Amino acid sequence: MQSLIWLAIALPLASAAILLCLGRRADAWGHWAGVAASGGAFLVGAGALLEMLGKPAEERALDTTLYRFIPGGDLQVDVGLLADPLSITFVLLITFVGTLIHVYSVAYMEHDPDRRRFFAYLNLFVAAMLLLVLADSYLLLFVGWEGVGLASYLLIGFWNQRREYATAANKAFFVNRVGDIGLIIAMGLMFTYFGGLDFATVAESAPAATTAQLTAIGLMLLVAACGKSAQFPLQSWLGDAMAGPTPVSALIHAATMVTAGVYLIVRSAPVFNGAPDAQVVVAAVGAFTLLLGAFIGMAKDDIKKALAASTMSQIGYMMLAAGLGPIGYAFAIFHLVTHGFFKAGMFLGAGSVMHGMKDQVDMRRFGALRTAMVVTWVTFGLGWLAILGVPPFSGYFSKDKIIEAAFVGEGWQPWVFGGAALIGAGLTAFYMSRLFFMTFHGKARWTDDQHPHESPALMTVPMIILAVGSAFLGLFLAVGDRFTHWLEPVTGHAEHHEPVLPIPVIIAATLILVVLGAALAWFKYGRGDVPEEAPAASLATITARSDFFQDSVNRAVFQRPGQHLTRTLVYVDAAVVDGAVNKQARGWASLGEASRRLQNGQVRSYAATMLVGLVILAAVIVVGGL
Amino acid sequence: MNFVTPEISWAPLAPIIIVLGAAAIGVLIEAFIRTPATRRSVQFVYSLIALVVALGVAIVQWVALEGGGTVVAQSMLTVDRQSLAWQTMLLVFGILGLILFASRTRAGESAFTPLGSTAPGSIEETVARRRGFEATEVFPLLLFAVGGMMLFTCVTDYVFLFVALEVFSLALYIMVALARRRRLMSQEAALKYFLLGAFSSALYLFGVALVYGATTQTSFVEVGRGIDAISGREPLLLAGVALVLVGLLFKIGAVPFHSWTPDAYQGAPTPVTAFMGAATKAAATAALVRIVYTSLYPLEWEMSWVFWAVAIASMALGTVLALVQTNIKRMLAYSSVAHAGFILVAFAGFTEEAIAALPFYLLAYGLATIGAFAVVSQVRERGEDGGVGAEAVRLGQWAGLGRRSPLLAGAMALFLLSFAGIPLTAGFIAKFEVFSAAVAGGGWPLVLIGVIASAVAAFFYVRLVVLMFLTDVPDGAEDAIEVEDGSLARLVIMVTAAAVLVLGILPSGVLDVYADAAQFLVLPNG
Repeated sequence: MQSLIWLAIALPLASAAILLCLGRRADAWGHWAGVAASGGAFLVGAGALLEMLGKPAEERALDTTLYRFIPGGDLQVDVGLLADPLSITFVLLITFVGTLIHVYSVAYMEHDPDRRRFFAYLNLFVAAMLLLVLADSYLLLFVGWEGVGLASYLLIGFWNQRREYATAANKAFFVNRVGDIGLIIAMGLMFTYFGGLDFATVAESAPAATTAQLTAIGLMLLVAACGKSAQFPLQSWLGDAMAGPTPVSALIHAATMVTAGVYLIVRSAPVFNGAPDAQVVVAAVGAFTLLLGAFIGMAKDDIKKALAASTMSQIGYMMLAAGLGPIGYAFAIFHLVTHGFFKAGMFLGAGSVMHGMKDQVDMRRFGALRTAMVVTWVTFGLGWLAILGVPPFSGYFSKDKIIEAAFVGEGWQPWVFGGAALIGAGLTAFYMSRLFFMTFHGKARWTDDQHPHESPALMTVPMIILAVGSAFLGLFLAVGDRFTHWLEPVTGHAEHHEPVLPIPVIIAATLILVVLGAALAWFKYGRGDVPEEAPAASLATITARSDFFQDSVNRAVFQRPGQHLTRTLVYVDAAVVDGAVNKQARGWASLGEASRRLQNGQVRSYAATMLVGLVILAAVIVVGGL
Repeated sequence: MNFVTPEISWAPLAPIIIVLGAAAIGVLIEAFIRTPATRRSVQFVYSLIALVVALGVAIVQWVALEGGGTVVAQSMLTVDRQSLAWQTMLLVFGILGLILFASRTRAGESAFTPLGSTAPGSIEETVARRRGFEATEVFPLLLFAVGGMMLFTCVTDYVFLFVALEVFSLALYIMVALARRRRLMSQEAALKYFLLGAFSSALYLFGVALVYGATTQTSFVEVGRGIDAISGREPLLLAGVALVLVGLLFKIGAVPFHSWTPDAYQGAPTPVTAFMGAATKAAATAALVRIVYTSLYPLEWEMSWVFWAVAIASMALGTVLALVQTNIKRMLAYSSVAHAGFILVAFAGFTEEAIAALPFYLLAYGLATIGAFAVVSQVRERGEDGGVGAEAVRLGQWAGLGRRSPLLAGAMALFLLSFAGIPLTAGFIAKFEVFSAAVAGGGWPLVLIGVIASAVAAFFYVRLVVLMFLTDVPDGAEDAIEVEDGSLARLVIMVTAAAVLVLGILPSGVLDVYADAAQFLVLPNG
């Protein structure tokens, strides 16, 4: 199956094409075709995993060249797929969680007249995401990178009849463009320095490159990663992206696409290993974003936006780990996988709540839902325990390792990064508990027309499966460092380093902070009353509610000057560039008009032209060659 | 003088014999089936079968031909993989063209006049139309044209080349004259095409006479040896070579022998334009490759002057003139002149890469041409009586087409982008291959001009795309345009659009085939 991994991309892609081309004719069965395509891709991935497990660790990677896109000469472009432990991990995460979310969407989107189109886009996303992680070169990765961007854009704006949703889609698209420029520049640098864009060439040539070259490439890759993964300073789009249907938020903006940046950093390990400065920047961006996301999460009353802030913060953890170098790569991916389960599960839970509450997203109008929606409550609760990092749930194993690794090093770094990770754990406990208690506990604050009810089985079953994963996947993968060893052929073997604090102290400190955070949330939101309207707040809360004024900052720093710049440029363009082009075009046109006279419709003048041409040619050939 | 009966091995000629034989029988069908409607469907199905069978046979021969080739009929014909590669391409163009020929409007009208012999606007014409007459002779004519072109690709003798040239040219002259609408323009176009074609044939023949005079040979290979043997430079030989090249450059439509293209493209029934635009260029390029590489190669230095001058002139003039066109068919005609220039760029340096790059270029260009003209045939004006009228060929009439029929406009945009050479379309790979062949031959200045010309050309291709998708339609203009949905034409558009995409994304299979074919062009100098 490993050599047939292209099927995993082809199936959803074909399904998307068929569903889009057939149009309304496929309305009756389109959603099941989408589920089948995604499920088929998962089976292909699972087959590949079994085949790989049967091989010794160092022989597991398989690079298949599908075909040569541009043959010959100095520029050879191959289209090839790389199935190694890292990419197969992603394939399984994407297709497994993806298929569950497909199933969930069958019920969630049942009353939407465009359900077929929704599934076509969802399939398109799965295909593009698989291409992104399976590509064996940055160029092909870029194709997938843009593909997921497109699918994300289409799905955020799926209900584009609402103007602000369409705006949100545009915002996500524009912010991602900034990141894409980073990736393009990085590819240009790699092509110049290494002479190729496939991972093998880069890995081969990177050790010979200078630190400055590698740092430049690394920073550009980081820009790309920040755009896709909503890391500071390109984080502003993620909150608005919640405009998309909730299954989209679960799949794209929590479990898979937004983690592509982490994948990019880990996949570019050969570059970053030679550029310690770039690594520090990656870790710093991660640490900063994890705190920023946590602060925003504490102030949000919109359940999806709070979850989005949490996603940002958790990806900050992964970035931080990826920035730590070989000791962090495996933990970054480990946390990425467990996060994919518990965060997708919680988003589906949020979708289930919205489903039962007439699309209400304001947590101040929830409360006491645990009795009305038992399955949602339990599954969400397991995700909550997992993200808090309570042993023995999944998040404990992945996040704790990142905190420990962050405390490794010399000088100021372990104290800053470790401290951030540690404080982040406490903040996470507070805001996630706040979210959980406000939604499921306390008194009912429903509006009069809301009659919460449990969702149908098509929705709850995927939630249950994801909850089981949230609970036990971490333990299963952590036993005997199973997951770390599995990734070792890609991420390299990490020497054991002692953190600056003893490990039991770190674990104890983390757990104490988590308990404190959760307890504080219980006293504030679980036990007491929650006002139905957001109360007047301190400056700090207002700051967090408004996402740290990110939009205002962007507007003041980029948009306004940008508008002035574009206006000036438009003027210059009209006067100078267009002027020149138009003059030149007018020049061409008058040239055309002049030559048109030769084409006067008279056969005799045509023949004369030919004759003159012939005489000139004959003269050229007879005289010119002499 | 004594004549020897030539030894002819017929088997390698099977595809050509099938097509030409079917054409001859097709003429008989004309005579014996009297009901126009029946005759039309019989002719269509029969011709389609003939072409498909010929295509199958050609492919089988390709596979069976391990290496080298078969010299058929003394030195007159050579069937090798190179020729078979071109023959299959021509057959594909023929099949697509044939399907377009059979396409009809909602009102059941074909693109051809009911009776070619009636005067335009006369009572006889009206009567013929009322009686439901059909000019079904276009089907055998198409077969003659395809057969002649296929012959053209494997001829290895200067005199016999002329015969093949006339076989397909005569058929084309007639077909150009048979438009159903704007008949006067169609007949004028045919007459011009015929007169200029006859003129260029005469020049070609005169050239052959001079070459024969210098070398006392008419076969490609022997002439090549003869030229080699002449030490020093022989002005009469060089003049003859120039004349011979003019004959072929005329068919390719290169400047300054291009004057017929805009008029013939515009006047001809659109299905004929589609077929002619794609196939004539391919056949002429095939013959040019064979002549240049197997016969005139000793004159590389002298010929390169011709090719450089004509290529530059074609790219520049074609592009510049396409910019100022307001008629879509004329714009595509001038774009074809520019493409003739790009084709000639490949000959810079006479590299072996060019032999492989050219078939791909012609395939990509031909598919997009057939597709684009098929789209043109679907966009109609509303006639005075409210029915479907002539084609809407003014650029302004295409405004807002993207909103009315997104698929049709989308396909057109794809063809235009392929003409412009935008990545992920066949046109990009084709241009890339041709330009890299030229660079390998040291023709980088030509390539530079080619790239500039492509950039300028992108302007008028994209202008049409913008017009279709981004321009608001003036009030009332919408009703003046009728979009046809002939299922046969739609089929052709779908197939060519898919092919343009596939060749743009997965070109390596076809490129390998042509690279293979390039090795089997029987090169006398090894």
